[in-house]
Amino acid sequence: MDRSMTLVLPRTSRRGLLLSGGAAFSAAYLPKIARAGGATDKRLIVIVLRGALDGLSAVAPVGDPDYVRLHGALALSTGGPNPALALDPFFALNPGMPVFARMFRERQAAIVHAVATAYRDRSHFDGQDVLESGFAGPGHTSSGWLNRAIAELPKGDRAALKGGLGVGAVTPLIMRGGAPVVGWAPTGLPQAADDLATRLMDLYRQTDPALATSLAQGLGIEKIAAREMGEARPQGGNEAQLMRRVAEGVARLLAPEDGPRIAALAIDGWDTHANEGGGGGRLAMLLGGLDGAFEAFQQTLGAAWAGTTIVAITEFGRTARINGTVGTDHGTGTVAFLAGGAVKGGRVIADWPGLSDANLWQNRDLRATTDLRAVLKGVLADQFGLSAAALGARVFPDSSGVAPMKGLIV
Amino acid sequence: MTAPHPLLVALNRFGLGGRGAASVYLSSAAADPRAFVMAEIEKPVPAPASAELQPTADLLKGLYDFQEAEKAARAAAPPPAPTPAPATADGVVAPKPPPAPTPFPQRVFRAEALARVRAGALASVGFHERLVAFWANHFAVAVSKAPFIRVTAGSFEREAIRPFALGRFADMLKAVEQHPAMLFYLDNQQSMGPNSRAGLNQKKGLNENLAREILELHTLGVNAGYTQADVTNLARIITGWTFAGREGRIGSPGTFAFVPNWHEPGAFPLLGKTYPEGGREQGETALADIARHPATADHVARKLASHFIADAPPPALVARLAETFRKTDGDLKAVTLALVRSEEAWSTPLTKVRDPWEYLIATTRLLGRVPEDPGPLLGGLNQLGQPLWSPSGPNGFPDTVAAWASAEGMKLRLDIAAQVARQTRDPPDPRDLLADALGAAASDATREAVARAETKQQGLALLLMSPEMQRR
Repeated sequence: MDRSMTLVLPRTSRRGLLLSGGAAFSAAYLPKIARAGGATDKRLIVIVLRGALDGLSAVAPVGDPDYVRLHGALALSTGGPNPALALDPFFALNPGMPVFARMFRERQAAIVHAVATAYRDRSHFDGQDVLESGFAGPGHTSSGWLNRAIAELPKGDRAALKGGLGVGAVTPLIMRGGAPVVGWAPTGLPQAADDLATRLMDLYRQTDPALATSLAQGLGIEKIAAREMGEARPQGGNEAQLMRRVAEGVARLLAPEDGPRIAALAIDGWDTHANEGGGGGRLAMLLGGLDGAFEAFQQTLGAAWAGTTIVAITEFGRTARINGTVGTDHGTGTVAFLAGGAVKGGRVIADWPGLSDANLWQNRDLRATTDLRAVLKGVLADQFGLSAAALGARVFPDSSGVAPMKGLIV
Repeated sequence: MTAPHPLLVALNRFGLGGRGAASVYLSSAAADPRAFVMAEIEKPVPAPASAELQPTADLLKGLYDFQEAEKAARAAAPPPAPTPAPATADGVVAPKPPPAPTPFPQRVFRAEALARVRAGALASVGFHERLVAFWANHFAVAVSKAPFIRVTAGSFEREAIRPFALGRFADMLKAVEQHPAMLFYLDNQQSMGPNSRAGLNQKKGLNENLAREILELHTLGVNAGYTQADVTNLARIITGWTFAGREGRIGSPGTFAFVPNWHEPGAFPLLGKTYPEGGREQGETALADIARHPATADHVARKLASHFIADAPPPALVARLAETFRKTDGDLKAVTLALVRSEEAWSTPLTKVRDPWEYLIATTRLLGRVPEDPGPLLGGLNQLGQPLWSPSGPNGFPDTVAAWASAEGMKLRLDIAAQVARQTRDPPDPRDLLADALGAAASDATREAVARAETKQQGLALLLMSPEMQRR
């Protein structure tokens, strides 16, 4: 909505600067390991950050003259205690994410800023439905865009054959739909005996085919998990540790030749209405957990890392001004993180709208100048060769006007 | 599709399942399933009581004392500097110190959880308990937020939900939004009118979290046409709604308090009507109006029908329930009776799947157990993704078939059923159990699968996983 509005925004000379961000770190560029195999060895992991991530505290526009005024006690700075990690002269990363900063320097991580879905209201429930369903508006909860993307893959494609992996006791909406999905949740339960499972499958086939389908999928993925992970399933731990361990578990399922290629997981807890913390505190702790997850993916995927793209997205951003309780309320524009050996990294990609009061969306939020669907389409197009037509009509319905972003993938 | 067996409508759609150890009880249910459900509605919703189940104010005093004592203990004996774990060549872990007594918040939580589990286990039909769980999820709080909620989630349900589950919606709404648990969960105790005396002094301001969720989740529903300005104005109107702290400066500790010094002065428009300055009454008047707003009737009707009938409930039924709500000014007993008396309730196929709470309580009832320890059931809820009183957000746990009949969810249910069966010492003959709990409502295929099981344990696990135990 309001796409035309972005055309009349004042442009500053920052834009050119932002697009070349990261050039200063080119000395740290590392040659990539040659990728083994063809397109079918591509992997995609989508992390849904539920609760609305404050993009202005995750990736701070320290060069914007209005940033400190608006973000007040939460504003990050590249000096002082808990200094933010400079990505380029304009943007700095929350100090909770040193691994992502390292990947950024190595050109295996990128950030898209001032990004949002097409949703412009401020309900988590609807915002997440839009984010995960891939529709332009709320009210569509029968399938998710990642599942429909799998359905669009050529029939013989390995990623299509293996289906998607949905993490958690409840499959996230983004991964629900007609394409086959296997589920996995970190748990310490002992296995039900095979014979019991077989008998129950027989009963369900006779009386309740829908339950039969669900259970069959649940039983299928458990076999790979048991083989690859032995007893080393994640158990408990604090939020940050859990993120890392779940990532490790997902990576172990994705790394083998016969594992799934596309996974989705959701991490709750980003709804920072009060005492959000700036460079240290709750948000920095959560971002540290996400950082640990990125590291665990890189370490555990091994050679498969080279063909992997990880995208971390959220339903919307938060207010540019902090609220009365040193937190932020529901907003609009935010960030998306991309990491992986397949990512053309070292860049903060932003058509920066500026934070002056006149430029804020509804005099309140960071204005979204990039449609998140363009980013996701760009990844799907370059990673799996999906056509713009399929992406515009079926993966993200009614979005043919949103062109896939080019050049995100190596 | 054929209509479901009336006994399954009573026990599964509206209840918490048959009780395996009580075949006498089943015969009365089977004789007239409608009357069986109606009889429970005519009784008052149970109010669990025991020495441990105290009023919120007393629980919060306990929490304040606990926190003071902890602080004092820390000050008196600062913890030793962390030392690296002693490394031993053979990997032997150093002996742990003896377990500390259960901390106050956890003790309260377990007592409240046990009361809820037992209420479910002992209920005749379980329809009351289903309604309580439905409304508690509608007005969700999450214990994961802080010890404050861990201590008050149970008393919140006892004080703000149970008394009104068959009462007036407006009364429940007021009790909920003025309860310390909700005020704390959605941050309203921190929200200060920017132009109030305190706001001007302390340069603090609004937190619109509670106001937004009142409109979006608790009453009108998300697409009901309210605006950002309505949210902000409601937030202004309810500034000063808080609860008294340990010192009791603004009231009896741990009870609702209205603080004029925090209240944003002025008249504010909300949903087309302007509310003149009126202190605490300004917000109470606004809430009463929102409770009888036509969109609230629609929202409540849709949620109730989606919960009890189908993910996509018959539109005529939803319209009838909403009409009843509007005509009776939100009398939830009238709305509930309209639901149970509807033709659709007894003819719509049982396509919903029990949520983890319903599944685990139904398991407990099938086995004729009345737990003394809530631990195993709480553990099962955690594993199945529905930790008690701890949804991931104020919108509560999902209420759809897709959410609970997921691949991983069904696999976990099977693991739990196998575990329960494995851990049931001296299990009853599962054929008898099936006859006692389901009677003629069981399908031939289920009867056969249970009868053909290799062991009693396996038969019990199959019965627990049968469609008759999963669908409702």
